[in-house]
Amino acid sequence: MLLIRCPYCEEERPELEFRNAGEAHIARPTDIASISDEDFEKFFFIRSNPKGLVFERWRHVHGCARFFNAARDTVSDKFLLTYKAGEPKPDASTLHAEGGPAAWANRPPDQLNEKPKAKRSTKGEA
Amino acid sequence: MAKIATAVRNPAHSGKSVGGQGVALKVLEPASRLSLRARPDAVAALSKALGLTLPQKPKSSAAKAGRTALWLGPDEWLVIDEAGGDPVADCASVKGLHSAVDVSHRNVAIAVTGAHAAATISSGCPQDLSLTAFPVSAASRTILGKVEIVILRTGEDTFRVECWRSFSDYVWGFLSEAARDS
Ligand SMILES: [Zn+2]
Repeated sequence: MLLIRCPYCEEERPELEFRNAGEAHIARPTDIASISDEDFEKFFFIRSNPKGLVFERWRHVHGCARFFNAARDTVSDKFLLTYKAGEPKPDASTLHAEGGPAAWANRPPDQLNEKPKAKRSTKGEA
Repeated sequence: MAKIATAVRNPAHSGKSVGGQGVALKVLEPASRLSLRARPDAVAALSKALGLTLPQKPKSSAAKAGRTALWLGPDEWLVIDEAGGDPVADCASVKGLHSAVDVSHRNVAIAVTGAHAAATISSGCPQDLSLTAFPVSAASRTILGKVEIVILRTGEDTFRVECWRSFSDYVWGFLSEAARDS
């Protein structure tokens, strides 16, 4: 089971207490009635869905019930950082996107016994 | 002459208990419960009205004279009064913006007691219930199996498990099975 750090409970808690709540940092248009259908579609439906680093909203629904934000690697399923709702989006280059144990386990079977590669800088990626 | 109708209250699972090897379960007496939401500026006045200091630290609780306040979230508390008081009425005089809802009959409380109490709850609760991570007076909303519960550790070997009334059959059954296995 994954342990997710809740920034309000200030500790790591089991993933069963959490719910994913979609992509983070999507600003609601200030005057939603006046925007075009295309802009509304972009705001309402279109999500980035990259492979790798994503910024997501999560909710500690069976704990403090708070929404917060998380930076997660979709390949390794590793949470790189969680932070309170309303705090600025962290700079991707400061996050260490190195896959942890989960990334190791997700390797194809013929690579499972390979030694993990030495840590490298993630600057300029993501 | 008008007939006087009196309703008889039948608390859910009233008086049920199960004793096992190293753990005992008991459905607790009905209590007054308050679901309280408030911003920081109203907390001091609410604490004064309730007669105890609302805890501000995550996973903590405060108790005084038969009344316990459990921290559930940064602006949310569950106040349980077992001394016959009315915590909702006590909050009525507080001027600051807050929400105080009587949820007395929404919950059923089960005491889990004994050396295997933590192991019994852990059979369906993913939180770390060791004394280091979950000390006496620690409190938390979490899950048991497929339902949401609130746990309060009242002693090293004693927990109070609060669940919603409609989930109480499930929780009682789950804990009874777990007590047998623990
Ligand atoms: Zn939380």
